[in-house]
Amino acid sequence: MTHRPDRRTVLRRLGQAGLVIGGSGAAAALGLLSPGRWGWHASVKTTPVWTVAADPLRPAAVIARGGRPADLVRAAVERVGGMARFVRPGETVLVKPNMAWDRTPEQGANTNPEVVAEVVRLCREAGAGRIVVAEVPVHDAARTAVRSGIEAAARQAGAEVLIPPRAGFITARLDGSVLDNWEIFAPVFAADRLINVPVVKDHGLSRLTCGLKNLYGFLGGNRGRLHQRIHEAIADLAVAFRPSLTVVDATRVMVRGGPQGGRLDDVVPVGAIAAGTDPVALDAWGATLLGADPRDIGHIVLAQGRGLGTFGAPLEEIHVGS
Amino acid sequence: MSDPERHAVTRRPSFGWRLFGRPRGPIYWPRIYRITYQTFFLLLFIATLALMTDEGIRRFPVQWLFHLDPLAALSVLASSWVLPAAFLWSLALVALTVVFGRAFCGWLCPVGTMHHLVSRATRRWRCGPPATVNRWRPHFRWKYLVLVALLVVTALGSLQMGLLDPLSLGLRSFASGLVPAGSAALPGQEYRPRLYRVAWLTGALFLAMLVANVWIARWWCRALCPLGALLGWVARGAVYRIQVDPGLCTHCDRCAADCQGADEPFAKHRVSECHVCLNCVAVCPEGAIAYQPFAPVAAPAGGVALPRRQFLVAAFSGAALLPLFRATAGAGGSASPEAIRPPGALAEEAFLARCLRCGACGNVCPTSAIQPSLVETGIEGLWTPVVVPRRGWCEPSCTLCGQVCPSGAIRAMSAEEKGWTRPEGYGVKIGTAFIDRGRCLPWGMETPCIVCQEVCPTTPKAIRLDETTVMGRDGKPLRLQRPVVDPNRCVGCGLCEAKCPVVDLAAIRVTRAGESRSPQSAFTLASRPVAS
Repeated sequence: MTHRPDRRTVLRRLGQAGLVIGGSGAAAALGLLSPGRWGWHASVKTTPVWTVAADPLRPAAVIARGGRPADLVRAAVERVGGMARFVRPGETVLVKPNMAWDRTPEQGANTNPEVVAEVVRLCREAGAGRIVVAEVPVHDAARTAVRSGIEAAARQAGAEVLIPPRAGFITARLDGSVLDNWEIFAPVFAADRLINVPVVKDHGLSRLTCGLKNLYGFLGGNRGRLHQRIHEAIADLAVAFRPSLTVVDATRVMVRGGPQGGRLDDVVPVGAIAAGTDPVALDAWGATLLGADPRDIGHIVLAQGRGLGTFGAPLEEIHVGS
Repeated sequence: MSDPERHAVTRRPSFGWRLFGRPRGPIYWPRIYRITYQTFFLLLFIATLALMTDEGIRRFPVQWLFHLDPLAALSVLASSWVLPAAFLWSLALVALTVVFGRAFCGWLCPVGTMHHLVSRATRRWRCGPPATVNRWRPHFRWKYLVLVALLVVTALGSLQMGLLDPLSLGLRSFASGLVPAGSAALPGQEYRPRLYRVAWLTGALFLAMLVANVWIARWWCRALCPLGALLGWVARGAVYRIQVDPGLCTHCDRCAADCQGADEPFAKHRVSECHVCLNCVAVCPEGAIAYQPFAPVAAPAGGVALPRRQFLVAAFSGAALLPLFRATAGAGGSASPEAIRPPGALAEEAFLARCLRCGACGNVCPTSAIQPSLVETGIEGLWTPVVVPRRGWCEPSCTLCGQVCPSGAIRAMSAEEKGWTRPEGYGVKIGTAFIDRGRCLPWGMETPCIVCQEVCPTTPKAIRLDETTVMGRDGKPLRLQRPVVDPNRCVGCGLCEAKCPVVDLAAIRVTRAGESRSPQSAFTLASRPVAS
């Protein structure tokens, strides 16, 4: 038995179908159905701006020698304007050490914990609200945080330590020549200030790892893929993440076998700390500690070309009595 | 209608301390005590799972559960002729059973408690009147046959008891099945989520056994559990047991309705089956049931007559299993290249004689590198741990797996003894990395990459870079650094494979070749100076 709908029913059904189709079209046209409109997808972010205004009365970078690591940090930061120039009261400060490897401080693969702790103390004295030490290590994160000595030192100085999976990742648009959209460690986006605290080390591919290369530690995902064009990747990172202040740890310098090392013979006690607002000048100085010419290091040249800083002029040195 | 056997049990004045007698008042306190114990031990089980971390194992004895388990102790002893001293704690459980019967099953066992909870929650779903559905069934003898069969194959040197030992089964099912499944259902797991191969099978088997409670309460405990069988055998001479006063019993069968063990207190009480849940004592309207010492034995042999024919068939089946396992290609010594054992694992034969398959090593592994084996180590090695470097690497300074292994299948050692963080030389080598030049970016595709060399943790590095200049695709000279492995320095940690940017099949892969635990795996010939 067939059932023929009457004319009225047909018209009503056509009208309903038309409403659904037209309504969907209108919603799509108004962007109501786009992914992300209702928070279904993490929106693609851009990185915050952390840099401070240039101060012509202050050097862009200084080197401090001749004292305990903590005193060197204090003296160098004081010379470039004091922490109050970089951190305002109540601000959230992200301190980025190199804490990539399950190694002890003597092996020089990670930033000296005393240096990290002193940076944290300076931030606390400047009235910072929340101080976060964040890193995405290569080795197992929890173990690396312990063996590097950084977790204990930073906590004692008054910072919290965020490593995965204590915080997650957010996809950000970096707009670089090789880095486009990439997973970035989430604490980056909550920070008002970034203080980069790298260690100077040898690196098998990029020759040097110092301040610019240290920014790799914000990346998640398959970051080993970036090694194919490592200098461009580092330059892209340096454009995307411009620190308020860079404090370079050259207390112990791994001159061979980097970036992971392991042999104490490869570590030279240089006993210096450099600080400043010019990451390019600081990296170029780091390169000289390894006996390399900064002009031969692709990412330093690229970073200068992108206007992140200049190298060539000798840096001011201060001597701290011990 | 009277049961002649019932009248055969004459009422005798009992002597000794009547532990749990008839309920007085509305609350039956012994049941409250039991539930308290069950809750406490279930929480301890959860703590055991959760505290298997770097910090946790220093503060909490995470192996306690296994060292209490007489079945695990017996199995390790039977298969390896060695008994780690901590297993002597299991004698306490044997003593408890001699005095109180299978109280472990009803009061302490966390797996039993989970079955208890599910069977309690689904008691209205079972088909038929409770007192009928809950009767003893002949297939409840299976557990004794399982025990015999597994004990025979275990005594022949392959610790298959671990497949069904309830504590191993429970820990393994949660650690590498249900807990990862739970966390997969939650958001925020992007950073190296805990994934386990075979997780679906491990978890589904445990869930299926929980679901069996809908059909028969505590079906696992009654029909399959080999630990229950062992304790049941011990409990045949239990001092304390359930006794029904035949003069007071009116055959209402209420005692059978909520009975956990199907031990039928009203008929031939089967002391081997009784979980000492004391529900029968609580519900008896006449107050005819008591749990008391030196009660007359209602059913000889604890109420389980195992026909000799069945016993022999089980024993022969067990004995036949081992030759079949060992005749299978891929088992034991001829295991597949992926059969990389955790650092400190004994040589394969000794390892299979010790490993309980409890999954503790995989649970504690910080990188989830330790995964249950499905086929790599043959059917004999089902659920034994293997290192899967693509999943996670073996962290150089970490020796947690050996520290939690309850049976010593993985040796407990210090980071110094492992020797991966000290310069020059290693203590343990679990495999060797091999470069797949067709997939390697510098070797096969003229693209710079040194990730494997960069992450190689040994000092000096086991991966050397071979520098060369080739004519690039654009006609310009291109400097390439091509990785080369030194097999005598490589420890097989798998960091290179884990971090290799070539997705899916890595361009550098670790196999078990060269593992230090077995001399047959050596494939290179290192020379050393000799006196001339």
